[in-house]
Amino acid sequence: MFENIRLSFQGIWSHKMRSFLTMLGIIIGIAAIIAIVSTITGTNEQIKQNLIGAGDNNVTVQLHMGDSTYEMEYNGIPEGVPVITGDVLAEIRAVDEVKDAALYVSREAYNTVYHQNTGLSGGKLYGVEKEYFDVCNYLVRSGRVFDDGDISGFRKVAVLDEDSAEALFLGENPVGKTIEVLAEPYVVIGVVEKSDKFEPVINTMEDYYMYAQRGSGTVFVPYVAWPGLYGYDEPQKLVLTVNKTEDMTAAGKKSADILNSYLSVTDKNLRYEAIDLLKQAKDIQDLSRSTNTMLIWIAGISLLVGGIGVMNIMLVSVTERTQEIGLKKAIGARKSKILGQFLTEAAVLTSLGGLLGVIVGIILAEVISKLTGTLVAISPPAAVGAVVFSMVIGIVFGLLPSYKAANLNPIDALRHE
Amino acid sequence: MILNLQHIYKDYQQDKLVVPVLKDISLQVEEGEYVAVMGPSGSGKTTLMNIIGCLDRPTAGTYELAGEDILKYKDREMSSVRLKSIGFVFQSFHLLPRQSALENVALPLSYAGVKKKERRERAARALERVGLEDRMNFRPTQLSGGQKQRVAIARAMVNNPKLLLADEPTGALDSKSGKQIMELFENLHREGVTIVMITHDKAIASHAKRVVQIIDGEITENGREVQDA
Ligand SMILES: Nc1ncnc2c1ncn2[C@@H]1O[C@H](COP(=O)(O)OP(=O)(O)O)[C@@H](O)[C@H]1O
Ligand SMILES: [Mg+2]
Repeated sequence: MFENIRLSFQGIWSHKMRSFLTMLGIIIGIAAIIAIVSTITGTNEQIKQNLIGAGDNNVTVQLHMGDSTYEMEYNGIPEGVPVITGDVLAEIRAVDEVKDAALYVSREAYNTVYHQNTGLSGGKLYGVEKEYFDVCNYLVRSGRVFDDGDISGFRKVAVLDEDSAEALFLGENPVGKTIEVLAEPYVVIGVVEKSDKFEPVINTMEDYYMYAQRGSGTVFVPYVAWPGLYGYDEPQKLVLTVNKTEDMTAAGKKSADILNSYLSVTDKNLRYEAIDLLKQAKDIQDLSRSTNTMLIWIAGISLLVGGIGVMNIMLVSVTERTQEIGLKKAIGARKSKILGQFLTEAAVLTSLGGLLGVIVGIILAEVISKLTGTLVAISPPAAVGAVVFSMVIGIVFGLLPSYKAANLNPIDALRHE
Repeated sequence: MILNLQHIYKDYQQDKLVVPVLKDISLQVEEGEYVAVMGPSGSGKTTLMNIIGCLDRPTAGTYELAGEDILKYKDREMSSVRLKSIGFVFQSFHLLPRQSALENVALPLSYAGVKKKERRERAARALERVGLEDRMNFRPTQLSGGQKQRVAIARAMVNNPKLLLADEPTGALDSKSGKQIMELFENLHREGVTIVMITHDKAIASHAKRVVQIIDGEITENGREVQDA
């Protein structure tokens, strides 16, 4: 066996050019597969990180009408949707996957919030409980967030996030200054920022909306001020935080189910649903996976062509070495010996091709990563699998030539010129 | 008696024509004999050697090798007979070009399942016997024709077969090298190896102790009395 492997390397080495050209199909096929698999894994990882935000395990649950979110400012306050009470919130907090939860209401902040003559366009106005900032992993950058006194005293105070602070105050310190919210004066008491800044790569319109929704600046006022601004009995939205990213889908679904059980709506399209970033990430991954499946098919065809190339060269090699085979059989080599020799040769040839393919594929993946700025993740099991698969290709396509060699008639073979 | 061939016929099928190549060949060889099979080109000598060497089967007739009815053996058992009982020497040497002299000689030992270390030792001893102890690691391309044929003889003898079959062993050699090969055969004969040597050359045939003449597929001169089994 080792003897056969050694002799195979000797044979490959003595026909360097031919061996290389024979291996080329295998090298290209394996390199393509390794490069594709590495980029898929890398891209998936990146999509997940982009959409979810590393460490920010927040899920938003809000009213949906059919497939789109229900917007209070355009559609009005819906019938049959009760305001979420403290008891219901407690029920949601009791869900296993839910670490903490908070209620809030929100509006587009267009033409709503001003500091002197500077307006906040594209941002949002949130009415929140004081726990909201904890649940959403906000850090206080300056000043403070709402306290019990602000709530019980119905104080007209506001908290800005760093984006809205920048938009309204252009670098000035906003704490202690006054802003106008729907023509009412509010005193800014603090500025908050996300513990992990969310920086998505925008590839699609959906990505854009998601980014716009979270990134253009938010002004927070106490929830108790909301009826004074917009009126009573507006159903809230819910934000959850979970312990593990994998729990996001389950936590969102269970919470939406609880909220839906209190609905008394006639239109079944009006329901609470989680805006499930994990699911969206998966959808995008599935999309990229299906294009990559196609690429893997193409690579597979390259391997098939490579395998046929190996078979062809092995057949040539058997013809060239007819005398050698005849001699070996004459001096007592059994069929199985000859079969084993040629199969080993084919397997060594394609395994070597597979190994070179893995190396080329890794280099290719790194180059793609450098050029496009995407992550690559090289998977050792895929590399090992590729080499083993190449070996199998060699054995399968080497079978016919080896069988032919083993069954040569030694007399004819010795006579062969 | 090591070889006992009785009424051997061999036909070849060429297109739709049946060509008889060996016609009623009966030949006995005792253990230790040194026999030359002589005849003109195309007379069927190689065909006869292939049958004796278990590489081919006759169309009709019986063949006993060392008392065994060899023709009832399957192909697999035939290879085993070739490996253990017969050594071959060919006109065109048939050495593996990329292997050293030592590796070429060791080849039959590897088919016999001999361990690597012992293979090298026995191959080295076989090369010493043919006077090539200083050429063990040479490739065939680095050897002269006579040296190549001595490597081939060492390979034929490395498994200590009872029978050495040589088909025109000096056919590709100059007369000086040919003479050295004949001296080697003489030595092997003295050691008790049975030798059947095929040649069309009278001078070479004269080295043997007995000459069998074959013309047109028939034995015309047996070198001794024919015994019927
Ligand atoms: N495989 C074969 N098919 C057809 N004819 C063959 C075959 N082998 C040998 N012959 C014929 O048999 C005859 C004897 O051949 P061979 O035994 O090689 O002769 P020699 O060795 O005495 O020169 C020749 O006429 C040759 O053409
Ligand atoms: Mg001949």
